[in-house]
Amino acid sequence: MIAQEVSSKALCYHCGDECLEDKIVLEEKAFCCHGCKTVFEVLSENDLCDYYTFETNPGITQKKEKNSLFDFLENQEVSRQLLEFADDQQERVTFLIPNIHCSSCIWLLEHLSRLNPAIINSITNFSQRKLTVNYRVDDFSLRALAELLDRIGYTPVINMDQAKENKAKEKTFNKTLLVKLGIAGFCFGNVMLLSFPDYLGISALEQSYQQTFRWLNLLLSIPVVVYSGSEYFLSAFKSLKQRFANIDVPIALGVTVLFLRSVYEVALNIGPGYFDSLVGLIFFLLIGKWFQSRTYDALSFERDYKSYFPLAIQTRQDDDFVSTAVQNIKKGDEILIRNGELIPADAILIDDKVYIDYSFVTGESAAVEKAKGQYVFAGGKLSGKQARFIVQKPVSQSYLTSLWNNEAFKKEENHTKLVDQVSQYFTITIIAISIIAAIFWQFADPAKTWLVFCSVLIVACPCALALSTPFTTGSILRVLGRNKVYLKNADVVEKLQKINAIVFDKTGTITNASERDLIFEGEELTIAEKQLVLAAVSSSTHPLSRFVKQYLLGVESSDYVIESFMEYVGQGIMAVVSGVEVKLGSANFVGQDVKLKDHSASVVYLKIGSQLRGRFVVQNVYRSGLKSVIQRLKGKFKFAILSGDSDAERENLAKLFPEGTPMYFSQKPDDKLNAIKAMQSTGQFVMMVGDGLNDAGALKQSNVGLAVSEDISTFSPACDAIMHADSFNRLDAIINLAKRSKHVIYASFFLSLAYNVVGLTIAVMGMLTPLVAAILMPLSSISIVVLTTLFVKMISLKLKL
Amino acid sequence: MSVILVLIITSIVVAVVFLGAFFWAVKSGQYDDTFSPSVRMLFDDKASKVEGDKSSSVKKND
Repeated sequence: MIAQEVSSKALCYHCGDECLEDKIVLEEKAFCCHGCKTVFEVLSENDLCDYYTFETNPGITQKKEKNSLFDFLENQEVSRQLLEFADDQQERVTFLIPNIHCSSCIWLLEHLSRLNPAIINSITNFSQRKLTVNYRVDDFSLRALAELLDRIGYTPVINMDQAKENKAKEKTFNKTLLVKLGIAGFCFGNVMLLSFPDYLGISALEQSYQQTFRWLNLLLSIPVVVYSGSEYFLSAFKSLKQRFANIDVPIALGVTVLFLRSVYEVALNIGPGYFDSLVGLIFFLLIGKWFQSRTYDALSFERDYKSYFPLAIQTRQDDDFVSTAVQNIKKGDEILIRNGELIPADAILIDDKVYIDYSFVTGESAAVEKAKGQYVFAGGKLSGKQARFIVQKPVSQSYLTSLWNNEAFKKEENHTKLVDQVSQYFTITIIAISIIAAIFWQFADPAKTWLVFCSVLIVACPCALALSTPFTTGSILRVLGRNKVYLKNADVVEKLQKINAIVFDKTGTITNASERDLIFEGEELTIAEKQLVLAAVSSSTHPLSRFVKQYLLGVESSDYVIESFMEYVGQGIMAVVSGVEVKLGSANFVGQDVKLKDHSASVVYLKIGSQLRGRFVVQNVYRSGLKSVIQRLKGKFKFAILSGDSDAERENLAKLFPEGTPMYFSQKPDDKLNAIKAMQSTGQFVMMVGDGLNDAGALKQSNVGLAVSEDISTFSPACDAIMHADSFNRLDAIINLAKRSKHVIYASFFLSLAYNVVGLTIAVMGMLTPLVAAILMPLSSISIVVLTTLFVKMISLKLKL
Repeated sequence: MSVILVLIITSIVVAVVFLGAFFWAVKSGQYDDTFSPSVRMLFDDKASKVEGDKSSSVKKND
């Protein structure tokens, strides 16, 4: 089987998706993902594809050395945390598999039983990227299952966070809302039908049914008020306890008056009651709630370091390494980390030399080299050979993880919604009007006093007002979702409206995490020299050597022979190529006095023979569109840079950002958090744009934390919003959309208040009949829905979102 | 009893049955994931075709 990477664009042979960079080519067919390729292979094996013949069994070929990564699943303590069900015969487990992305994935994952007969069945949940598998335990295990999935390209993500989640039952919020909405819809339809005779008039012959219909209405509205509308009463009660009238207070008041007045009318047989308006009101409000609760199941906004840390790690016990749950690791333990595993605690390296990839933490994707005896911070991924470490601090006390002990992670944010602020004055005004009107009628026509009093409270029930925000923010959530920006909830839209300062992290946020630019400073290299260098670096696995190799891409290969090659940890490489000595490395290594200001690790000096030829400088590549985004946002917002790196890039950044932009370098995670806090204390409403775990504190502390990620389904720290890196050049439009939506909300507030004025006028005059109420209530609600949706649509078209 | 009452009661009973069906759909998780069932349904065809040769695949993968 020949599988190789090809760069030209093509459509996936199996699922038809466009093949991106990681395209796989098999027998001249292009595949977009391992799932597609494997499905294709499985189909071929079963003689479903006449076009192809196979000699080997493909499902097994690409596994090997990864095998050991899942051995911690044999640890009883770990597997107990993960399994949803287990008895002597079978077990059930649910894995999070971020790789699930297309329909072929679902097909393959649901036919796992063909790959191993011990698997009874498997069911995918696409929107949550989860796979539930039932399997027989006789000759199969959790570990074997994880390895099987890994082998076919669907590596399950197993971590501390997920284990906890499995124990706690899944959120039932959405289900409850759907049930409430279902009941309200059912009753609304029936009540409306049963109210028609009263509205349209009923012949004298059939008068006897009228009362029956009214009683049926009463019965039908009870579940709506008691069950569907219960949260409005609860919320109003809670709010009043804190001496604050949120929007639910006038709603609860209106619902109560509507219901009592209607029961009174029906019981005394004096009128039809307002059941239609009552049930319709709650139905519309619930629709608003549902529309706004658009959530992204596949994304998680609450992750902390536990989401990225493994469940168990190999620790030394006597002469053997056994897997131990991460939380049980103590200071002084000797741990063994293998290729691709995460270092869970601050530790000292006791093996020779390793490369550690801190892209989770800093956003920097180039691996860092560590030598024996060096202190290594938790959160890095080992790349290359396995290595042993001595733990210096328990997991929760490490350099990175101690960030989560900061109080910023404990306090709940208090955010007063715009609509609740309006509601304060609204409630008082309504109560005042109803009392004044009642007093007036007491003198004018005492018989009408109660009717007017109730009518005012009924008609003033702020249905339209309460719907303005959910429908505006709900539409915005959808527009942003189309632009690959995913907000945690609708409140974030209101917070976005208020921001006046934007803080950027550098590496991985405004720089492109996966691309690097390398420039050569010095006299241009000749082709022969280039070939010498290429030969020298091709034996090295150091990340910087790889950049040099990339830089030399396109240089014709030569027949130079590498006679000797030495790699000096932390210094550089020395190779003798066809009799010529080539040295690449730090200034000291090549025997150069450092006169120029050094760019620390990102500079490689080159010495050929005895001549110093110059140096390679690694430069960050800034995201395309960064400059124009900053230009467009300039003047409206204050900027700041918070970077964990050295200030080597200061000059480049100064060119991109307006003059006087504060830039802080070498910031620790805690420093970033405190810097945001300091900005907030000067009255700024801060948006933090970051990407790594070291930004987590700043993202949490800021008013709006926006995580930028190249791959939204697999990684992002806890935040308020996740943005796909592709959308970075639309950052200004996104902020503008949120800012302008404020006008939409104001406009709809105005319209709904206008409806209220009309309704109140009718009510005060004592002319509010159930029919008028039944027309006015849905009319105002629907016009608000239409208005807000259209306005948001218009703004997003204008902003080209 | 007048026919209209019979009709109304029948209609409400029928509506209650549908409401019950909706509850069942929500409870059984049909609204949890609205994407996979739509494609799962289409896969069945393919699956049945492969069924006959199932044994060969299993053998190879063991």
